[in-house]
Amino acid sequence: MQIFTCPSCGARDEREFHFSGELGKVRPNTTGEVNEEEWATYLHTQGNELGAVREVWMHMTCAELFVMERDSVTMEVLSTTPLRKDVS
Amino acid sequence: MTRHYSAFNLLREGLRGHKGWGRAWRSPEPKSAYDIVIIGGGGHGLATAHYLVRNHGITNVAVLEKGWLGGGNTGRNTTVIRSNYFYPESAALYDMSVQLYEGLSRELNYNVMFSQRGMLVTAHSEPDMEMAARQLNAMRLNGVDAELLDADQVRRFEPALNFGPNMRFPIHGGILQKRAGTGRHDAVAWGFARSADAGGVDIIQNCEVNEFIVEAGRCVGVNTSKGEIRADAIGAAVAGHSSALMKKAGVELPINSYALQAFVSEPLKPVLNSVVLCPPFGTYVSQSDKGGLVIGGGLDRVPSYGQRGNMPVQEAVLSGLAEMMPSLSKVKLLRHWAGIVDVTPDSSPIIGPSGLDGLYLDCGWGTGGFKAIPVGGWLLAHLLATGKHHEISRPFDRNRFVSGYLIDEGAASGIAH
Amino acid sequence: MSSHRISRSVSERVLNFTFDGRRYVGREGDTIASALLANGVRVMGRSFKYHRPRGPWGAWVDDPNAVMSVRLGTVELPNCPATTTYLEEGMVARSVNAWPSAQFDIKAGLDVFHRWLSAGFYYKTFMWPDWHLFEPMIRRMAGLGAVSDDVLENYVSEQTHDRCAVLVIGAGPAGLVAARKAAEAGEDVALVDDHRLLGGGVYQQKTLEGKTPDVWVAEQTAAITAAGGRILTATTAFGIFDHQLVGLVQQGAFGTAPKLIRMRAGRVVMATGALDRPITFANNDRPGIFSVDAAAEYLARYDVLLGRRIALVSNNTLADGTEARLTTAGATVIRIDPTTGALKARGSKRLKGIWQDDRLHSADTILASGGMTPTVHLWRHAGGKLDWCDNRQVFVPGKGPDFLTAVGAANGEFDIDAAIAKVREPETAIKTSYHMTPLWPQPGSKGRQWIDFQHDVTLKDVELAARENYVSVEHLKRYTTLGMAHDQGKTSNMAGLAAMAAIQDRPIPEIGTTTFRPPFVPVPIETYHGHHRGQNLHPVKRLRLENAHRAAGAALCEYGGWLRPGWYGAGEAKDRIRAEVLQARKAAGIFDGSPLGKIEVMGPDAEDFVNFVYYNTIATMKPGQIRYGFMLTEGGVVYDDGVIARLGPNRFVISCSSSHVDGVRNHLETWRQDGNDPDRIYVQDTTAHWATVTVTGPKARDIVAALLPNEDVSAKAFQHMTFIETEWQGTPIRVARVSFTGDSSFELSLRQSKAEDLWGAVKSLAEPMGAGLMGLEAMLILRAEKGFIVVGKDTDGETMPHDLGFGVPRSKKKAAFLGDRSLHTEKANTKVRNQLVGLQVEDDSGPLPTGAHLTNGDTRPKSQGYVTSSYLSPTLDQPIALAMVQNGAARMGETVTVWHLGETRNATICSPCFFDTDGDRLNA
Repeated sequence: MQIFTCPSCGARDEREFHFSGELGKVRPNTTGEVNEEEWATYLHTQGNELGAVREVWMHMTCAELFVMERDSVTMEVLSTTPLRKDVS
Repeated sequence: MTRHYSAFNLLREGLRGHKGWGRAWRSPEPKSAYDIVIIGGGGHGLATAHYLVRNHGITNVAVLEKGWLGGGNTGRNTTVIRSNYFYPESAALYDMSVQLYEGLSRELNYNVMFSQRGMLVTAHSEPDMEMAARQLNAMRLNGVDAELLDADQVRRFEPALNFGPNMRFPIHGGILQKRAGTGRHDAVAWGFARSADAGGVDIIQNCEVNEFIVEAGRCVGVNTSKGEIRADAIGAAVAGHSSALMKKAGVELPINSYALQAFVSEPLKPVLNSVVLCPPFGTYVSQSDKGGLVIGGGLDRVPSYGQRGNMPVQEAVLSGLAEMMPSLSKVKLLRHWAGIVDVTPDSSPIIGPSGLDGLYLDCGWGTGGFKAIPVGGWLLAHLLATGKHHEISRPFDRNRFVSGYLIDEGAASGIAH
Repeated sequence: MSSHRISRSVSERVLNFTFDGRRYVGREGDTIASALLANGVRVMGRSFKYHRPRGPWGAWVDDPNAVMSVRLGTVELPNCPATTTYLEEGMVARSVNAWPSAQFDIKAGLDVFHRWLSAGFYYKTFMWPDWHLFEPMIRRMAGLGAVSDDVLENYVSEQTHDRCAVLVIGAGPAGLVAARKAAEAGEDVALVDDHRLLGGGVYQQKTLEGKTPDVWVAEQTAAITAAGGRILTATTAFGIFDHQLVGLVQQGAFGTAPKLIRMRAGRVVMATGALDRPITFANNDRPGIFSVDAAAEYLARYDVLLGRRIALVSNNTLADGTEARLTTAGATVIRIDPTTGALKARGSKRLKGIWQDDRLHSADTILASGGMTPTVHLWRHAGGKLDWCDNRQVFVPGKGPDFLTAVGAANGEFDIDAAIAKVREPETAIKTSYHMTPLWPQPGSKGRQWIDFQHDVTLKDVELAARENYVSVEHLKRYTTLGMAHDQGKTSNMAGLAAMAAIQDRPIPEIGTTTFRPPFVPVPIETYHGHHRGQNLHPVKRLRLENAHRAAGAALCEYGGWLRPGWYGAGEAKDRIRAEVLQARKAAGIFDGSPLGKIEVMGPDAEDFVNFVYYNTIATMKPGQIRYGFMLTEGGVVYDDGVIARLGPNRFVISCSSSHVDGVRNHLETWRQDGNDPDRIYVQDTTAHWATVTVTGPKARDIVAALLPNEDVSAKAFQHMTFIETEWQGTPIRVARVSFTGDSSFELSLRQSKAEDLWGAVKSLAEPMGAGLMGLEAMLILRAEKGFIVVGKDTDGETMPHDLGFGVPRSKKKAAFLGDRSLHTEKANTKVRNQLVGLQVEDDSGPLPTGAHLTNGDTRPKSQGYVTSSYLSPTLDQPIALAMVQNGAARMGETVTVWHLGETRNATICSPCFFDTDGDRLNA
């Protein structure tokens, strides 16, 4: 099993983690007009990059979301950082 | 040169040391232009070439494969062929595929060993049985024959299943689709390749597409490791690598790629009759004609392009098997591996225009592409030849992610793909 | 378990065993193969396709031939390699794929037809009339051993996690020296070796560094242990996985399941040695043809001299030492240079000699070596590259991951002294004594020359594959099945790809190798299973009150992962359930609702947050109020339903479905942290803190009033969809008026430690009033009578709230909420959506089958929805059903056809609420 490092709890077994999605998805402001393509892109389109990826993961045991940079081919984890730093 | 495969020719060739057999396919150098270019020399791409020749009489076709034929998921899957689907759109698609498989060996003159020994999906509680009834009635109304079995019938049909006192999820019954089964995966790719080649199609291995040539908003060709190749229409059938390939054309897809693992055991004398899936364990198993147990399960939990397996899923899938069929826990595994599958939001495929003129897609088959090889080829060929959807492929156009007409079998029936 | 070298002249413990029905005697420390060879038995199996007699080629994991079913006591294991299965007293071994024995196999006649059973012959025939006609026969012919149908109760793998700084794989000379060096440098070392007896090929040496092999090995192991290193014997590294995880499997006594060790290593030293490769010549598959290395091992480890008159055919210098030792042991050795002329073995089950061109060398045994091949499987598992070494004609580890190094023979250094010196001083240039002359299959040469022994792949098959253009190394493997046997190509892959290279006149490295896949050796499925068995596989969640339920005669069933009372009392389940429903409608039912989710959302932004995650408008709720609502996915589909209570201005508690608690919490946490300020919202799952006792029915109010005499629980003071917080016996208790039955209901929640007290108190107050316990089955009927849904049963992955009659927020809610935009797609707006309805039947055939579909009644019917819940309502004494039906809300009163397994009935579409449609009883 792979080892991911939760920024709060440290290195843990991959089974404790949940893939939450790719980083950088911004929810359209639905109080205004959102055209259907824009919404479909937000809902469904994936970067699905080969190589370095930046993703949001949840450490299910502490419920902390964080950003993981990793290589989708070699599975090497490049970094894990708290999510809030990234969005603020 | 002996071309036709038959018992008679095999006998004759045996007597002269098989010296007379011709090549199954040529290894041509690519021409600079074709009517149609297909990217991806897996089952779907090769089937597309075959049906372009057979259904549309188009022979000026090239199939570009970056590695070796059938080297992607076609050669890595667990070879299950079935059409036990809930929605009419899926049933029409997959049952057409099963029907095409039924005549495929003779059509291709290549034995793909479609073995219709049935597929059993077990139910493990009374609510499961109600869901099984919902599923089964849907299948029958979709014109797909299947039976609802009770626990005793399941036990008689597949005695290796666990009816012991420690069974975590006791079996209450199941759905049996008798026409389902397994095929010889490599043979499907090779059979289509041989047939397409005989029809004049150039199959070009070790030819990687580096970029798409777009002129006036239309895709008119590709630059490859073997030079520039132009075409009137281009189809892509590259499974787990669809996102990466389409990115080169500026097309983004609703796809995530995951590793899907499979396992094969040492060869045994016959011990299983069918393909058996026990949903709560997330494990399914069949026995190949050679005697090995062929075992599969769910996706790895981490999106991946690494074509190798990982222990958590190995433990989950194999524990499931050992619980489903405890007498098989002493059987030894010979080999495990993984393929990269392209998973869409509704786990149904994408067939249709890519969004870039002249470029068509056949992708998003996720864990179930093998069973759909003939129909995937049939439908992509139709699109490439006519520029229009076949009525069976229309619901699978990528515009469904905008219109909301998803075809989400998992959500409908609880049966995994 | 013995771990010493055998000396057959010394009297030591003998072990009795049988093979194919005949009795033999072996020694402690023997493998089945070495014991049989010591008894002069060579034919130990039959090949897969042609049923050719086969004896062992190798002495360890590389042997593809001697595969047996072995029984010991009550345990029988199929397909045990005789070369790696240690002998035990009383073993009963049988050859597989042969009948009646390996020696006399009635299917041996198949070999006569070999010319028609060429590679891939089955792709070219069996198509008319149909494959199904031929398949059963082929299935019976195929397969090796039969697996017995008995379940081995004690066959359970122990599984552990472990870590070390340095993992050395292989305790041959290079591995021992590497482990000692690292241990003495203060590193935490684990050394593993797949033999019971450490040392690898060292026993083939007369001396090493001036010592006998036994003394030398003992010195190394003592030094490793003294420096704190660990040594695991009989342990195979079967795979390297992501993040430096090495799978180790440790074999115990026969019939016990191996132990799985998931070893996380800081760095890994691969000292996995090398395998001798066969020479491809005519009839090279005959019993009595062994590898040179195997002969040396059988002599050194097992004291078995394989023959008296031995033809030694080798292209490399390693044979020199073996020749000397065989001669010393009393054999006559004839050296043959295989590079000087075509070879052909003479003899069948008994070997008579070997031809080289026209010259016959008589011999009872042939030893062959085409050069050593480094064992690089693990290197490839870890993603390392291979380089071609022209001098030694081998692939050696090239660029690899930083954590992995290869030493000794695994790194292409086949000279033991040089290998050791290189481990000690990696930087020093060291001269090797190993030399070889390239020797590969000769395409076009005469005779049947085996490439893959077990699978009967010959040189002609490779030539056929090339002729038919299956030239990619993967096509070659898949078309001919080369390398797919029990040994996974350890003996055959190199010869196969060299043959293809020669046919195409290309250099070997251009052909490349097939992918090396784990496991390195066959590993039982049980290894991965271990404790993931029975009730431990997916443990059920258990109620605090389980004992109370058991005492009350509950039938405990699994619902959404929880073990809960389905009903109480003996007798027919349906009668008990019916009685519980009637009792609840007449007096009251008491129900353990503890698994119901209780997720608290707190903080200054809590109101906006719940308003966002809920479909319904929550912001307008006042403290003390409860509201029913839906949580949607961003795709607009109903994910969960339930009630939310507002505890205060900044505090809510969400009661989600009991099976959805973890999912809802993750869902809430995701939106809390990704898109909101997590310092202003807190989410806490308190489900496990609370026990909930639900009292429902006309007498519920009286029971609660008696329980809480200081509270005014009258309908006026304590209204439906509100809650109060008070104390019961000094413990805070939350009482909520929500109803899943349509009757006046009270949910009493307090901390788990008081659950038994509350349960007992409610029960004793209720029973004199004619009320009693009720299980989940009764609850499911009560709610269906009222038309209340269970998400996932009455809804599916397409159901949106407006399909359930809750369309107002979709059109009216101003604030953004999860899934909002998805409620306005083309599909969401279509008229043909499945909508929740009720179904009434007029016939007297009982309830409709759940799972039946509704159709248009045509001769070729199409589905228009399906029955999601169906019961015989005890309250109404009539069948009731809920269904999702196309455009159902607009079809009230319409008669539809109900289709189930080809049978049809009629039903009338009606409102889903069958009972107390005006809702009077809620406040009764």
